[in-house]
Amino acid sequence: MTDLINVENLTFVNRRKKARLFSSAKNFELGPINFSLKAGETLAIVGANGSGKSLLAKLLVGLEKPASGHISLNGDVLTKFNQRQRCFNVRMIFQNSNESLNPGITLGGILDEPLRLNTDLNLLQRAAKIEQTLQQVGLMPEHQFFYRHMLSDGQRQRVALARALILNPQVLVADEPFAALDPSVRSQIVNLLMNIQRDLGLGFIFISHNLGIVRHISDKIIVMKGGKIIEAGKTEVIFNWPKEEYTQKLVHTHQALINRQVT
Amino acid sequence: MSRFKLYQEEFHPSPLQHTWLEFKENHLAVGGLCCFMFFLFIILLCPIFAPFDPLMQKTDAILIPPAWEANGGIVNVFGTDALGRDLLSRVMYGCRMTFGISIILVLVAMFVGVTLGAVAGMSRGVRSSVMNHILDSMMAIPTLLIAIIIIAILGTGLINSMWAIALALIPQFIHQTRDFVRQERKKEYVMAAKLDGATPFQLVTRSILPNMGEILVVQGALALSISILDISALGFLNLGAQAPSPELGTMLSEGIEVAYIAPWSIALPGGAIFLMMLSINLVGDGLRSALRSRLIH
Repeated sequence: MTDLINVENLTFVNRRKKARLFSSAKNFELGPINFSLKAGETLAIVGANGSGKSLLAKLLVGLEKPASGHISLNGDVLTKFNQRQRCFNVRMIFQNSNESLNPGITLGGILDEPLRLNTDLNLLQRAAKIEQTLQQVGLMPEHQFFYRHMLSDGQRQRVALARALILNPQVLVADEPFAALDPSVRSQIVNLLMNIQRDLGLGFIFISHNLGIVRHISDKIIVMKGGKIIEAGKTEVIFNWPKEEYTQKLVHTHQALINRQVT
Repeated sequence: MSRFKLYQEEFHPSPLQHTWLEFKENHLAVGGLCCFMFFLFIILLCPIFAPFDPLMQKTDAILIPPAWEANGGIVNVFGTDALGRDLLSRVMYGCRMTFGISIILVLVAMFVGVTLGAVAGMSRGVRSSVMNHILDSMMAIPTLLIAIIIIAILGTGLINSMWAIALALIPQFIHQTRDFVRQERKKEYVMAAKLDGATPFQLVTRSILPNMGEILVVQGALALSISILDISALGFLNLGAQAPSPELGTMLSEGIEVAYIAPWSIALPGGAIFLMMLSINLVGDGLRSALRSRLIH
């Protein structure tokens, strides 16, 4: 079975920070990063703040251009020339679902946009697809007439998910999709995602600080620190036998937290 | 596919209906809107409703007081001026000239300004900052002064003063649009649209422009009142519309000569200008808060 998405020697250098009067030039370097993901698998990226997790997500969806290396989808290398293929197959869920929805247009309009730009469906087919996707994520067809401010946080997260799913992508990249949610809504969304993944066979890459969720849903883990991957492997292996010191600390804090909750 | 409606009675207003629902809560603004509609009605239909030709002079009926004065007549409801022209017709045609031209100028300035501002907001580097700094330095000068400078170059006349005012209004629209586009461009919803494969043009028209209503209304109302004041000021100074034409500022400057004998000849055009400004500001303010609360309630 071939890899769905394959990342080879991906690097990125943030050159925008120039040396100023009181601060020295400090370039943030990411990578080299290598990983691969099969269809239906879930990959979690964990690491401290500023370790380049969000940057990696942006590189994957094409918001930033890598300095070297390449990302291939089903064996085809993604470049700026097949941007449309990337728009179609690799979709992103942003960290803050509130910010990622346009306040001035209805949810129907928001969901219509990717369809209008990337598919040849006509108006009626698009409307049908929007209703179907809204139901898929547990919203009602009426919600397409709503504006962002009329929804709760959990519903907004569902809309962000609907927006990512509406093109039937192969890979979903999510930047801390559960961070802003309260526990009950969070578990709802996690279950929803897992169901959808099982139904559609998505490759799911997500960034999270919540190791409980990571352990629960991911197949593989990448641990990042200072722009480098310091440890990668199967979830159970990393949770049971962490090699690096940083990973050991992470896992131990997580275990301590769980134990305290139990007693 | 199962299509069901949970709430039969629910009704989903369009953005325009929604704005109206919020707008009509503000009674003062609705009053302003009535006044505004009244002026629109006059400027559209004044050839039908005006009793006389505004330029027709009646030498036997000079300086007749308005109908509510003791020696006024019902034929000339607002009285006549020093050349025997019917003031009611002149004020109606004057509204058409001052108000109608202002509306056209503001629409033109808004279109040009928003287009250029969006281009400036989406571009980076030297091009954007050159545009920004030149236009910002122009905004430091009052529009009337810019208009007078432009008229000094082009020469007096109504058409030239229209050009001058339009050119003086454009920088403000550019500045507002550019600031807004730059500020919104960094937000995640624009990034999300970019990931959908939207071109810069589509980003501006489909994602950013729907959120610009409030700014456009505020700036449009401001520009409309500025342009009415400027057109009448230029007319008053004999730089804009010239003497016989029924323009409110020109009428004021003609009426000044007979102000002590016939105070109505300056009070009525002045009152018309005042009412226009009042209605524009009330409507603009109400519309702004309606657009804002549309996205809160």
